[in-house]
Amino acid sequence: MSAEAMTLFSTELAARFDALVERYPVRRSALIPMLLYAQDEIGYLSDAVIEEVARRIGITPLDVRNVATYYSMLRFKPAGKFNVQVCTNISCMLRGGYKIFERFQERLGIGHKGVTADGLFSLEEVECIGACCWAPAVQVNYDFHDELTEEQVDAILDEYRSRSQKAGSR
Amino acid sequence: MPRLVSHPDEVKIVTRRFGMGASKIDRYLELDGYASARKALAEGSDWIINEMKASGLRGRGGAGFPTGMKWSFVPKQSAKPKYVLVNGDESEPGTCKDHLIFLHDPHAVIEGTIIAGLAIGAKMGFIYLRGEYRYLIENVERAVAEAYERGFLGRNIFGSETEFQVIVQSGAGAYEVGEESALMESLEGKRGVPRIKPPFPAVVGLYGGPTVINNAETIATVPHVLAMGGAAYAAVGSERNGGTRLFGLSGHIARPGVYELPMGYSLRKMIYEVGGGVRGGRKLKAVVPGGSSTPVLLPEEIDIGMDFDQVGKAGSMLGSGGVVVIDDQTCMVEFALRTIQFYQHESCGWCIPCREGTDWLKKSLTRFHAGFGTEKDIDNIQYLAENMMGRTFCPLGDAAAMPTLGFVKKFRKEFEDHLHGKPCPYAHHPEVELV
Repeated sequence: MSAEAMTLFSTELAARFDALVERYPVRRSALIPMLLYAQDEIGYLSDAVIEEVARRIGITPLDVRNVATYYSMLRFKPAGKFNVQVCTNISCMLRGGYKIFERFQERLGIGHKGVTADGLFSLEEVECIGACCWAPAVQVNYDFHDELTEEQVDAILDEYRSRSQKAGSR
Repeated sequence: MPRLVSHPDEVKIVTRRFGMGASKIDRYLELDGYASARKALAEGSDWIINEMKASGLRGRGGAGFPTGMKWSFVPKQSAKPKYVLVNGDESEPGTCKDHLIFLHDPHAVIEGTIIAGLAIGAKMGFIYLRGEYRYLIENVERAVAEAYERGFLGRNIFGSETEFQVIVQSGAGAYEVGEESALMESLEGKRGVPRIKPPFPAVVGLYGGPTVINNAETIATVPHVLAMGGAAYAAVGSERNGGTRLFGLSGHIARPGVYELPMGYSLRKMIYEVGGGVRGGRKLKAVVPGGSSTPVLLPEEIDIGMDFDQVGKAGSMLGSGGVVVIDDQTCMVEFALRTIQFYQHESCGWCIPCREGTDWLKKSLTRFHAGFGTEKDIDNIQYLAENMMGRTFCPLGDAAAMPTLGFVKKFRKEFEDHLHGKPCPYAHHPEVELV
């Protein structure tokens, strides 16, 4: 293993991947979860991440890329530290999903797939996130925020801003 | 945390343990957990399949295929290992029932998976959840670890000679992976492109082995069926539609939420009594009865029982049980557009009628809603949708075409009102003020 590969993932993640590839009848079954977990740690699927995952599974980087491009959660450039995903699909739309999305755009000054200059937030309009009965709903990274009003948008952004400051001052 | 709702008409079978802390194994055991799996282990495969057949339980993912029959199709002898696959990729707009099952009762899913494994003679099961459900994936993984600790999973389940392993798998964002063969591809580490059938999964499925794949709600129902007895479960529902199901009421409904009601329950009562009617005292314009792929029903079409056969007879489908209620201030052209935007985004692109059809429908409807449509466009939209029907390998093409045809046929006047350079005469965004 090259020195770079050894430092690419944290010790915990590397150990997790070692266990993951052995778990399935076929090594390759670990591919999609590995890509997602790697993205969670690194921020996006960089060339180095793709090469390292390919090496661990035993397939070519091109093969990894071919699979990764299919899945909408996987990305190839950095997102914000907090990725705001606003659902505007039918159930959310009927309860104000577009207004919520507009409010986020206004407050963050970015549009769909945009990233704020400080890298703190990114914004996405997403398809159904499985919270239809608690619409309108938003996911920030993996956290759900249900039954939102436009007013709550500001509070959510403040919450994440202060979370980031706390993490920064530690 | 998603809000739980309740109504006196509910028959709580699958939701019996919701809100009771049953995601912890000790609590689950206090509430009769894993008793059905032990019984299934003692009684054996034929008994399980007979009970399942007697229950009249039909697949809760949307197609409504009888579960017992599906299991009986798996060959008893197989050179290749057999597998159980639980489909928790829940992505059909309007559907969020499995979300609650994974949150409140993950052990019921694990127990159902064990029972399915015993029924078909599989030694391994996979529970596949959509990637967005990370907190639920963690909850199910934690529950699986508890089941291993107690010896309910592993080489000798419940102290027997029988082996059963469970793996929890995360997706990474793809509606199409909810299609059974696409899910198998994804689990094998590939793009979620569907397979050509036949062979069917019961014969050639995951890793080429015979595979049973069921929706997460179906699997979570299995332990209850065995606990009650198949016949008793069947008696709760309507003819040829056993038991209850989880209906998700969303959209312009006064009391949205997931309600467990007997199969065959009146759609009118579901909207006006269980859900408290249309929000803000508005009038009902339309209902999408079973998730975004099911054709829309008009207010005069809601005097039907909600089961697979009755909704089918009414020209739609029970689908995933996601009931989307639409009020009289909604623009149906925009609703049709938002629906097709979704299918265009999710089409995997393998079959041309679906890839091109969804794209042209999106373009046509976008232009139409903006007021640049022509008379001919209405017929063209219908023509495009008709030509997608039945011409694709998986049902995504149909899922996009069916609702589109419903909107054009039932709301043609609204389409015509958008003609002659007029922008949307209804509303740019059909939401009402939040009450």
